[in-house]
Amino acid sequence: MTVSNQVLASGPSSAATHGDDPVETHGSRPSGHYSVVDVARAEWIKLVTVRSTTWSIVALVVVSTGIGSLVTMAKASQFSQHPYATGIGFDPTRLSLSGLLLGQFAIGVLGALFVTAEYSTGTIYATLAAVPRRHLVVIAKTVVFGLVAFAASEVTCFASFYAGQAILSGSAPYATLSSPGALRAVISGGLYLTALGLFALGIGYIVRHTAAAISIFVTILLVFPLILQALPTSYINAVGKFLPANIGLVLLSGSTPANSILMKHMFSPWVGFGILCAYAVVALVAGTLSMIVRDA
Amino acid sequence: MIEVQGVTKCYGDTVAVDDLTFDVRPGSVTGFLGPNGSGKSTTMRLIMGLDYPDSGSIRIDGRRFRDLSRPLNKVGALLEARAIHPGRSASNHLLALAAANGIKRSRVEEVLQLVGLEKVARKRAGKFSLGMGQRLGIAAALLGDPEVLLFDEPINGLDPEGILWVRNLLHHLAGEGRTIFVSSHLMSEMALTADHVIVIGKGRMIANSSMADFLARNSRQVVRVRTPESTRLRQAIDEMGATVRAGHDGALSVEGMTVEAVGDLAFRIGVPLHELSRSGASLEETFMNLTRDSLEYMDGSGLTSNGLRDGVPDKVVSP
Repeated sequence: MTVSNQVLASGPSSAATHGDDPVETHGSRPSGHYSVVDVARAEWIKLVTVRSTTWSIVALVVVSTGIGSLVTMAKASQFSQHPYATGIGFDPTRLSLSGLLLGQFAIGVLGALFVTAEYSTGTIYATLAAVPRRHLVVIAKTVVFGLVAFAASEVTCFASFYAGQAILSGSAPYATLSSPGALRAVISGGLYLTALGLFALGIGYIVRHTAAAISIFVTILLVFPLILQALPTSYINAVGKFLPANIGLVLLSGSTPANSILMKHMFSPWVGFGILCAYAVVALVAGTLSMIVRDA
Repeated sequence: MIEVQGVTKCYGDTVAVDDLTFDVRPGSVTGFLGPNGSGKSTTMRLIMGLDYPDSGSIRIDGRRFRDLSRPLNKVGALLEARAIHPGRSASNHLLALAAANGIKRSRVEEVLQLVGLEKVARKRAGKFSLGMGQRLGIAAALLGDPEVLLFDEPINGLDPEGILWVRNLLHHLAGEGRTIFVSSHLMSEMALTADHVIVIGKGRMIANSSMADFLARNSRQVVRVRTPESTRLRQAIDEMGATVRAGHDGALSVEGMTVEAVGDLAFRIGVPLHELSRSGASLEETFMNLTRDSLEYMDGSGLTSNGLRDGVPDKVVSP
């Protein structure tokens, strides 16, 4: 095998045509700089060219819709036997979205893996050799992942909602998108998942390790609420509303805390969502700083 | 042109790179030699801006790496053999990198062809052999047609044909006026590939000179001679001012005399010879001696000083 002259004959001078002008003016950023759009395109290619992305999204949609349907079916048959007992606080929207409580882990895994797989495989070196301005990598990843996660999450929520209401419609009260709070719950359910995914992505940049990132994510979602139960009621009420899991409870419900005994100590849906976004932003900013400051 | 200026890097208590200063110039292959763990890879990571130096500065054509407008068009690097997601195809890996710097898609096909991976370009990279992984890394380095190229141990895992291919590629790239910086722990390989050599040990500079100079100053010839009258021959050789040592098998090792001179001397003093041969420490052995306890050889001037190691004269590496 010999070096192909055709490919290399041009020599390094041709590099200038790609935009790196060695005599450019100092100080100002040259026009030939790579942009965040270039980086986002690269991140998009990276996201869609590994199987874990496909599997995570399939898991998100199938598990959420499937579990949601099973839970709804169980409730529907219960309702037909004991309509009065089951009827108190019966929220058909919430019921149909209950599979998201499992699906949320799929989006967390996807968000964490999108980052940590770069570290575990060494791809990060190639990435940073092309994009040494590291904050651009995080921004591009956040935007690309955010859009993909949002699309997949909304599909999941709408699918879960329609499947659940179809199951309920024979035997129990059911909701349509025009029912009070239903459309809001379905949309905010997708936003809830997206924010969680971005939170996991930020954690990924902080810890750079798949197992560690997923453990932290699961701990915050699953273990914190359990720990909280061991505390006095006043703490549960004061602290509990800040937990992502409880914020999710409100976001996935057709009714709002104002008219629900269960959720009366919780934040209203959009305040809760704001707090959830704050979680994601804090994780992403910390992740960005960690990435910029530390060795790759 | 790469300019490394007083760079030091520690990881915890370990000093990986200790006050290194050197330039890598365009138009030639600069070999970067040192035993495993001597700081070669760290230095390369520092040049690529992956790790930050504790002190000192690194410039590529006068600019910091992170300030390069399209880094892949300026610097290409093969750093780690498998810096790729095993589930991603070679082609997609390169497409992502190309996109990041606005390099056109057709260039991906070009470099895949150049390294001979076009047939497996759509296969998952996890199935690649070590050699194929190296080729993919080289393809990634060449993607932006850069002026400066860094190769960290490029021949690792390559078969003889692959090694020859890399050697030719490096010469070809240097011939085009590019700056080629290639690390290796194999002295013999570098002797064939590099025009200039930088040797480090324990993160510190040991030598920085042209390869020809380096070889001239560091290769030594040893004459092996066996005789039943070794005492007489030893004495005669001593009188000639050469160094002589008795080997474990009774043979003598002579330094500072040619084979011919030893043979003539034996004839003159009437000593029968049972063996007379040129043995010469291998290049690799010389290199190992040079770097083994690097700190002892530091004399500030860059090249090794005359020095005795453990009082054994055969460790002297400069004439």
